[in-house]
Amino acid sequence: MSARIKIGLAGVRKSFGPKRVLDGLDLDVREGESLVVIGGSGTGKSVMLKCILGLLRPERGAITVDGEPVLGMGSDDRERTLRKFGMLFQGSALFDSLKVWENVAFGLIQGRGMKRAEAKPIALGKLAEVGLGPEVGELSPAELSGGMQKRVALARAIAADPEIIFFDEPTTGLDPIMSDVINELIVDSVKRLGATTLSITHDMASARKIADRIAMIHKGRIVWIGTAAEIDHSGNPYVDQFIHGRAEGPIKMEVLRP
Amino acid sequence: MNFLAPIGRIVLGFLAATGRLVIFAFHGLRHAVLPPFYLRLTGRQMMSIGYFSLPVVGLTALFTGMVLALQIYVGSARFNAESAVATIVVIGITRELGPVLTGLIVAGRVAAAMAAEIGTMRVTEQIDALVTLSTNPFKYLVAPRLIAGLTMLPLLVVVADIIGVLGGYLVSIESLGFNPATYLHNTFNFLEPIDVISGLVKAAVFGFIISLMGCYQGFHSKGGAKGVGRATTEAVVSASILILASNYAITELFFAK
Repeated sequence: MSARIKIGLAGVRKSFGPKRVLDGLDLDVREGESLVVIGGSGTGKSVMLKCILGLLRPERGAITVDGEPVLGMGSDDRERTLRKFGMLFQGSALFDSLKVWENVAFGLIQGRGMKRAEAKPIALGKLAEVGLGPEVGELSPAELSGGMQKRVALARAIAADPEIIFFDEPTTGLDPIMSDVINELIVDSVKRLGATTLSITHDMASARKIADRIAMIHKGRIVWIGTAAEIDHSGNPYVDQFIHGRAEGPIKMEVLRP
Repeated sequence: MNFLAPIGRIVLGFLAATGRLVIFAFHGLRHAVLPPFYLRLTGRQMMSIGYFSLPVVGLTALFTGMVLALQIYVGSARFNAESAVATIVVIGITRELGPVLTGLIVAGRVAAAMAAEIGTMRVTEQIDALVTLSTNPFKYLVAPRLIAGLTMLPLLVVVADIIGVLGGYLVSIESLGFNPATYLHNTFNFLEPIDVISGLVKAAVFGFIISLMGCYQGFHSKGGAKGVGRATTEAVVSASILILASNYAITELFFAK
């Protein structure tokens, strides 16, 4: 494939105190593809997304979006770059002081200065795309179940038709059926938008469903990358251990054994 | 020499924290004066800080004025200076007790609420979500609160001044047997504009401190519910201490000979 590189990370390093979370991470996300990064808890998956968004600042390395280096960008340029992004947060991160439709329309109203009356039909349309009726739009996020909150968060992430969407553990904490519903919605919306997506998860069913390519992260580095079809025959001991969920293998969990 | 190390760590930690707070305040102020302005959010914060603090501020001022009149009467009676009660009450309220007590009461009510709300937004990634939705959290969360604190506290203090003086008047007339006309005459004749103006300047500074500490502690909270609880406590404690310290500094600026 000779597709353009949409997001590039080269030698990215990020530490918190003495703990090095990203240790020279290299990764390219091609335009229009759905790349899923898998890995155990605490391996640096979320930190990687936050570094790309500028929420965290790596000590070393380079990050580019559409070929433009994003580290050290001025606030105007950064705002312009962030407009390309949508993100679904692990805990949904809905604003509980706002109604559901206002949450979905937030990026349009506050970020792009659209009038509320114009933004509302768009928000209700996006809610319909994730299978929620207009009556849900008038509720507050606290009145919704976890699965519905995830759907609202998905509607919010796609509301401004972003070029790039990040999914942070989209199915964590959901039952298998609701997980599959969310996965379907992700695949559908991404197809409709033609967006580039970068997802992180440790749910293999989710990864297989939404990924064109899968990358495995371990101790802050990418240890394997390949197509979703190749993952079962990767020959990589880390990947094999992870996808089969074995306790024995090269990945040592930091637990105290009796 | 090892005993010096902890002292050094504390000093460096204090300097770093002060630096972070000053940078935070600078960013907050910059976003408060540069467009776009979130008028609806600013209005909501003004209601929350100004209007909803009225009952508690009013009651505090009323009882403070009443007790002040009583105490000064008892004290001044020892050297036959009872006629000074009205003047001392009005100067005490407008210069000191009005702004300081209003500041401390509002710090307990508002700084805690701000730290809890923003802290919860921080630990549930809502502040990160704001950034990904092209909204600057300083502009959206901090600037409206700073503007509301800065403008509402002086208004609250005007109310507190009036009610406090009224409290003193009621006790003096009803219980201490002063002549109403003489009391009012003594209240207003010896009151100078600087007494009220210095109190209002203090109020604006205290309002800024309250909003700043609420936002700052909330913004930097981490570690779930416990972290938000800690942020809430620290917001109230730090705002109260800064109010008392800056009160001395402003008094020195206005009245030092």
